[in-house]
Parts: sequence; C-alpha cells; structure tokens
Amino acid sequence: MKTPVKIRVNGTLRESEVEPRLLLVQFLREVCGLTGTHIGCETGVCGACTILVDGQAVKSCTMLAVQADGSEVTTVEGLSRNGKLHPVQEGFWECHGLQCGYCTPGMIMTAVHFLERNASPSRDEIRHALYGNLCRCTGYSHIIDAVEHAAKKGKT
Amino acid sequence: MIPAMFDYVRPATLEEALGHLAKYGEDAKVLAGGHSLIPAMKLRLSQPKVVVDIGRIGDLRFIEERDGKIAIGAMTTHYDIESSDLLKRSCPLLPEVADKIGDIQVRNKGTIGGSCVHADPAGDWPAAMLALDAEFEITGPRGSRPVAAKDFFVDMLTSAVEPGEILKLIRLPLTAKTVGYAKFTQKASGFAIAGVAAVVDKARKSVTIGVTGVAAKAYRAAGVESALSGSELSTANIGTASQKAADGVDPLSDIHASAEFRAHLACVQTRRALELAVSRLP
Ligand SMILES: Cc1cc2nc3c(=O)[nH]c(=O)nc-3n(C[C@H](O)[C@H](O)[C@H](O)COP(=O)(O)OP(=O)(O)OC[C@H]3O[C@@H](n4cnc5c(N)ncnc54)[C@H](O)[C@@H]3O)c2cc1C
Ligand code: FES
Ligand code: FES
Repeated sequence: MKTPVKIRVNGTLRESEVEPRLLLVQFLREVCGLTGTHIGCETGVCGACTILVDGQAVKSCTMLAVQADGSEVTTVEGLSRNGKLHPVQEGFWECHGLQCGYCTPGMIMTAVHFLERNASPSRDEIRHALYGNLCRCTGYSHIIDAVEHAAKKGKT
Repeated sequence: MIPAMFDYVRPATLEEALGHLAKYGEDAKVLAGGHSLIPAMKLRLSQPKVVVDIGRIGDLRFIEERDGKIAIGAMTTHYDIESSDLLKRSCPLLPEVADKIGDIQVRNKGTIGGSCVHADPAGDWPAAMLALDAEFEITGPRGSRPVAAKDFFVDMLTSAVEPGEILKLIRLPLTAKTVGYAKFTQKASGFAIAGVAAVVDKARKSVTIGVTGVAAKAYRAAGVESALSGSELSTANIGTASQKAADGVDPLSDIHASAEFRAHLACVQTRRALELAVSRLP
C-alpha cells in the first residue's frame, strides 16, 4: 500500500506517494532527482549516503522515506548560499579533501553536523566524528585538514 | 538491497501501537531507530507484513531521575544518552558506553530500547544493563510487567519482549563515577568482539561485570565478581580475578575471532574495565 509523504528537501516541499520500503536515499535520488547523495555500500557502513534529517546526520540508506515524513532534509546540494560554498565545502576545496569524490558528499554532511555540535574540535575528535565515513582514496589526512580548515574559518 | 513489501503504520500513542500489534500478531514488527531492523529487512532475514513505527510516540523518549532511580524511555537514542548531563553525573557508565557505539550517524538514529530488544550478541548495551542490574518495563495487552536484566537477555537475538509487547522504559540505579567500559571493536562496523562493563561499589567492596560480544548472549562474569568480593582492588587481585571472565561460557567463533581468542579478550577487557573503574576512585 503506497503511503503519502511530505518531506521538505533543501527548503522545497516534496510531496509524493511512495512504497513504504523505499529507502530515503532512493527517494532523494530517484523521486527528487538529487543525485549528490551517493550510494556506496547500501548496508549502513560507508557513510556515502549521509544527509541531515532535522539537523541530525543519518545514513539515508538505512532509513525509510516514510520515516522522514514531515521532516526537513538537507543534502549536499542544499549547503551553498547564493552561490557561495559552505565553509566545509570550501575546506575540502582548499585542502584537497577529495580525489575521486565518491565519499565526499557524505563526509561533508557528517562534518557539517559535527561542527555544529563541536565548533573547535581537535584532530582526534574529527577522526572520531568521521568514523562512519569511509574513503578509498585520500588516506583521510586531507579530509581532516579540510574539516579543521572549516572550523577555523567558521570562527573568523 | 531493498526490503520485501510491507504496510506501514505510525501510531501516535502507545495504546494505538499496542492495538496494531494485537491486530496483526506475528505479521507485525516494531520499528524504532531501524538500524538493526532495516538492515535485516534488506537482507530479507526479516520480512514483516506490517511495520509499526513507534518513532513518533513522544513519551517514549526521555531521560529522568525518578524516585532515586534513572528512567530512560525505550526510544531514547544513543546520542541522547552520550550527551546527557544528568547521566554524566548520575550514571556515567551509560554515556561512556554510548560514545563507543558505531558512529555519529548510527548514534543519532539507534535507540537503547531497540538495541536491548534486538539482543545482538555483539551489541554494547547488554553489558552495561547487566552490570547495572537494570530493570526493563515491558507493556502489552495484559498491562505492564517488570523484567530484571538477568532475565531480559534470553538468547542470541532473543529478549524477553514477546510479540505484541513493547519495551517502554529502562530503570537504572544512580551510581558513583567508579565505572568503566572496555571494548575490543570490530573495526568495520564498530560492534563489540568483546565489551566489558564494570561497576565498582567501594562501600560494599563489590564489583559487577557485564560481558558482551563473547558468547551467544551477554552475561555476568560471576567468577570474577566472587573472586573480588570483599577483597582489596589491587592491580594484582584484579589481574588474577579477570582470568575468570570467560569461565563456564561457550565463546562464539566466527571470521572476526576464534572462540579461544574471544575468551582471551574477555579476560583482557575485564581487567581493563576494572582498572578504568578503579582509576576513578576518589
Ligand atoms: C553501521 C552500524 C554500526 C553499528 N554499530 C553498533 C555498535 O558498535 N554497537 C551496538 O551496540 N550496536 C551497533 N549497531 C546497531 C545499532 O545500535 C542499532 O541502532 C540497535 O541495535 C537497534 O536499535 P534501533 O533503535 O535501531 O532498533 P530497530 O532496528 O528499529 O529494532 C530492532 C529490533 O527491536 C525491536 N524493537 C525495537 N524497539 C522496540 C521496543 N521499544 N519494543 C519492542 N520491540 C522493539 C524491533 O522490532 C526489531 O526487532 C550498529 C548499526 C549499524 C547500522
Ligand atoms: S550507502 Fe549508506 S552507509 Fe554506505
Ligand atoms: S575521494 Fe575517493 S572515496 Fe574518498
């Protein structure tokens, strides 16, 4: 039985009738056409699909679209303001925080959420925060640099 | 990986949720944070016909001090617990355990109730629930019933919650700072290969030890507890007693660790958890 959902995605209200088994990541990619959120493992381990639901970082492959009914969702497409990159996006740009870019949207969303909880983290705290986001390319150092850069930027 | 088809209901109250469970019987499954159930449904290990989402029942998510005890609603997330000032002061084992579960995203969604009902042999909460002698309040068609932690974890992936019932809340004692959680982690998932929670009661000269990850269900390390009962918590005594941490249990063996290695880890993590707790003695 299809179920109606209303989800505000990056400020735009999306209304749809979905099968309850539709994963939130599929809703974003296939119903909303927002392909910035990636599917890596589809098992909850890699973090590529991380988005914010009501401000909390979650793995959208391990959540049903119907669970997000009535919620505010932010994806990587919703971070920039008037063409200006979010400080975390800028950090990844400045510090070469990506190579192939597959993990990047998830890394960025987790980092955005984490910096809201902890505005001046240590490098170890950043590592702990990114535990659920895997990267096969960079070796992580530049990603940590990028988040550190964003934290410093956020304070100035 | 997509779950099999199912119908979805999202009750607003506990009564309504129990009504759905009564109506659909064994065809229904409760959905809390979904971080064990949805993976199982994707693998088609679980194929409920009706999913009853209890995620919006407001009065299942709270952390309070009531009548000299801590009460935690079943829908309270791991992060709620990790970040609770009340718990950091009054039951510090819980935030310490929560911080070691999975990752930020998992802790934002996963709940203490879901985790305990799921009774994953590698889950972290059962160790803490046993060490703290938690009491679970389960509610069902015939009203509420309390279940002690020692009776709650029945077997691998089986808790005392019966079909048609919902875990409502967990009651825990207020404790001093003298607690510790030591975990040997399966790096890819974050689950425990061996996780040990220790609670030291200095006044009574007693310790309680909960062990998870090692056997089909979490257990109290009774041999360690009796060896240390009434004795001085010296490094030497802790070291000797910890050797009994896997006595009488049948350790699991899988790709992550052999039974022998798990038994060894149980002893090492028990020593570490106790040393951590003792290091916090005033
Ligand atoms: C990538 C990843 C890493 C993880 N790492 C860890 C880890 O390191 N340590 C750890 O302990 N866990 C870990 N988990 C599991 C996580 O903690 C789950 O959130 C938890 O085990 C289940 O809680 P839930 O709220 O998600 O429950 P759900 O998945 O919604 O439910 C689990 C089961 O309990 C039942 N249920 C749930 N709530 C109730 C209730 N109130 N009353 C009756 N029945 C109920 C459901 O019907 C279902 O059978 C991990 C999960 C993932 C995806
Ligand atoms: S795709 Fe969701 S965690 Fe990997
Ligand atoms: S940049 Fe390629 S996976 Fe991270």
